[in-house]
Amino acid sequence: MLRLVLKRLLVAVPSLVGVVIVTFLLTRALPGDPAAYFAGPAATKEAIEEIRVKLGLDKPLLVQFVRYTGDLARGDLGTSLTTGQSVATEIRTRLPASAELTLLGLLVSILVAVPLGIVAATRPGSIIDHACRVLATAGVSLPVFFTGLILVYVFYYLLGVAPAPLGRLSVFFSPPPHVTGFYLIDSLIAGDGELFIESFKHLVLPALTLGIFSLAPIARMTRASMLAVLSSDFVRTARANGLSRFTVVVTYAFRNAMLPVVTTLGMVFSFLLGANVLVEKVFAWPGIGSFAVEALIASDFAPVQGFVLTMAVMYVALNLIIDLLYGLIDPRVRIEA
Amino acid sequence: MKRRDFLKSMTALAAGSAFATPAIWSPAKAQSRQETLLFVTESGPNNFDIHGVGTNRPGYEVSWNCYDRLMSHSKKTLPDGTDSYDRDGFTPELAEEWTTGDMSITFKLRRNAKFHDGTPVTAKDVKWSFDRAVTVGGFPTFQMKAGSLEKPEQFVVVDDHTFRVDFIRKDKLTIPDLAVVVPAIYHSELVRKNATEKDPWGLEYTKTNIAGSGAYKVARWQAGSEVLYERNDNWTCGPLPAVRRIIWRVVPSAGNRRALIERGDADISFDLPNKDFAELKQAGKITVASTPIGNGIWYLGMNAKNPPFNNVKVRQAVAYAIPYQKIMDAVMFGLANPMYGAASNVPTSLAWPQPHGYNTDIAKAKALLAEAGYPNGLETTLSFDLGFAVTGEPLCVLVQESLAQIGIKTTINKIPGANWRNELLKKELPMIVNFFSGWLDYPEYFFFWCYHGQNAVFNTMSYQDKEMDGYIDAARKAAAENDSAGYEKNVKNFVNKAFVEVPRIPLLQPYLNVALQKNVSGYRYWFHRQLDYRSLVKG
Repeated sequence: MLRLVLKRLLVAVPSLVGVVIVTFLLTRALPGDPAAYFAGPAATKEAIEEIRVKLGLDKPLLVQFVRYTGDLARGDLGTSLTTGQSVATEIRTRLPASAELTLLGLLVSILVAVPLGIVAATRPGSIIDHACRVLATAGVSLPVFFTGLILVYVFYYLLGVAPAPLGRLSVFFSPPPHVTGFYLIDSLIAGDGELFIESFKHLVLPALTLGIFSLAPIARMTRASMLAVLSSDFVRTARANGLSRFTVVVTYAFRNAMLPVVTTLGMVFSFLLGANVLVEKVFAWPGIGSFAVEALIASDFAPVQGFVLTMAVMYVALNLIIDLLYGLIDPRVRIEA
Repeated sequence: MKRRDFLKSMTALAAGSAFATPAIWSPAKAQSRQETLLFVTESGPNNFDIHGVGTNRPGYEVSWNCYDRLMSHSKKTLPDGTDSYDRDGFTPELAEEWTTGDMSITFKLRRNAKFHDGTPVTAKDVKWSFDRAVTVGGFPTFQMKAGSLEKPEQFVVVDDHTFRVDFIRKDKLTIPDLAVVVPAIYHSELVRKNATEKDPWGLEYTKTNIAGSGAYKVARWQAGSEVLYERNDNWTCGPLPAVRRIIWRVVPSAGNRRALIERGDADISFDLPNKDFAELKQAGKITVASTPIGNGIWYLGMNAKNPPFNNVKVRQAVAYAIPYQKIMDAVMFGLANPMYGAASNVPTSLAWPQPHGYNTDIAKAKALLAEAGYPNGLETTLSFDLGFAVTGEPLCVLVQESLAQIGIKTTINKIPGANWRNELLKKELPMIVNFFSGWLDYPEYFFFWCYHGQNAVFNTMSYQDKEMDGYIDAARKAAAENDSAGYEKNVKNFVNKAFVEVPRIPLLQPYLNVALQKNVSGYRYWFHRQLDYRSLVKG
């Protein structure tokens, strides 16, 4: 197991190096000029040059790159010009906000999509099957910012049951003492029930938005993979042996159908992180996605590079976890590895 | 069946908690709600110090409210009942009085003014702050220069509470320039203590720390999402503000900012899009204040250096082909002052901005274009800043449509915000739609930056004309010497010339729109177009 982990991590190194190089070059290839942007509206050509020197952007690309990797090796991701904070601090405070939201969105999605997929597979062509198809298609074809705005409009503006879309907490709540950065967990650690409910209420709409968006692939994959397994020999044998319907479907069929579902989950998680960017904008969520987009608009290089690098590290970690999960779900995979 | 149970309980929990306490204010917090003002805007500050590199507009707002200046402006009430700063009225802030000599101005500082940490404010802090503003470079130095404040030698400490500014030349804008956001007074000792060799003016420290004496202190800041202010109860430079705490939340989505104000959760929604503003005004549930932006004009600029727009006739043809009224209705929803349709191009008053004599007259435009040697029309590009797409995009589409009628085929070129200034500096774009406003609300100031042959970045048309420079320089000189007849003659001359030769076609003067709950009063328009918390009252 440990060897597998180490092997996988080693394989990830070249891709991370690649990510560092590519993001560095891509940010430099962007049309914007950070020096002109930050020199302010009244800047003369000389003032812009002055700022370019201050930001170190007058040096040749190679020198900039060497300096960047040197800083990186010391754990210094640079400073964001748009927020004035160091990128590492920004990511540390913002990543938990995004991760909490994305994970909860994924959870919502799994809780709805997996049972729906199973039921649809056991009764193909039934009303539930069609409902599953409609829900999945609608979910994936509505852009997240649209779903988000509709939810805000209905549940906040019209019905008044949801809290104002003002980020993670209402104005008069202070965040819980920092342990994990996940407010749900931190408030429980602090033993503050009111704060837990408060942060949960703020998570409901954005998590729902993300959940609706990611329903489709999970539900469809669960259905397809269940259909394949349900028609296989061992299920027929189990049925013939008179096992209860529940045992056949959940214990035997579903466990075998899980492998592709887990793969899909990994994929869904990664594109949820992308979709997050827009959801964060709609709900004024102080996450990493909205931070990266703002930086991109201002051609603020450091945060964009830091963001992409963080995402790359997360994907590597995620893929590793999924590979390990395979082994738990299906011992055959473990032997091959 | 455990999973089912789990699912059930999750749904129950979600439904229960969502429906239990609907509003964002729980009753226990009602008390502090009364003393707290919550306002929402599109973006937040990136730097608390206006002297910093690349400080954004929201950053100016922090500086304005947390630092004091020597002097400020008094209030006036506009015809529609909203309050505005008075361009011509100056009130004491850190200085309690001043005497203006022929070539200097001497300030007496308040003896009881203290920085947030309790240290008294002295003349040496003022000198250090002004030295800093004229030395650090970039925007602050540029703005100081606009009032002929250029060298540290101009700033003299007479004694602990007396400070003198020597003029290097007579300039009517020197005193107004001492009341803008830039000449804020910093706690020199505190900043110097936190300065480094690489950063002698301590810009790194003031980026996230307030070293001022202003009416508000920053109690908490979360970049990109929130600023929390507490009132400085020891503030002596004016009447103590009514609001104890101010919360500034960043809400990027315009739709949500509107929902928040309509639901009553936000007290103020600052800088609303025109469409929302027009609809909110009609609904009448909340107070909406709308003030024309002083010295601010949306315009269409043409590159006067290169063909085809180096030909006056072509520019005039374009000016006759602009769908002025359509732009007012469809882009601005009527929330702007029209800048067209005067009886002639000869100005009747000294007001700026004021309407020019062009109208939408396609036949005349066609004739002018033919006269200029383009009977079959021409092709060009029309550029705008994507950062201002809400106004820029529909405006460009309308102009494109209208120009097509006289045979000018335009391609719309959308330029991302980060690149816009860079493109402007190159001065190669043939035709642009842009907005400019000056803090100092004087016509000669506007013309000096936008039309003068010095070719500043704001002269986006690269318009250079000796006669124009003569009028502008003469008007500045007349203003400095209090020669009102000469001033009037020259201002009217340069306005007339700008209209006749139209390197830039003024389209409209937009409004600054603010929505407030009915129980919030005291909102005042300022030249810097940011919110001043000190005059706000709630309840």
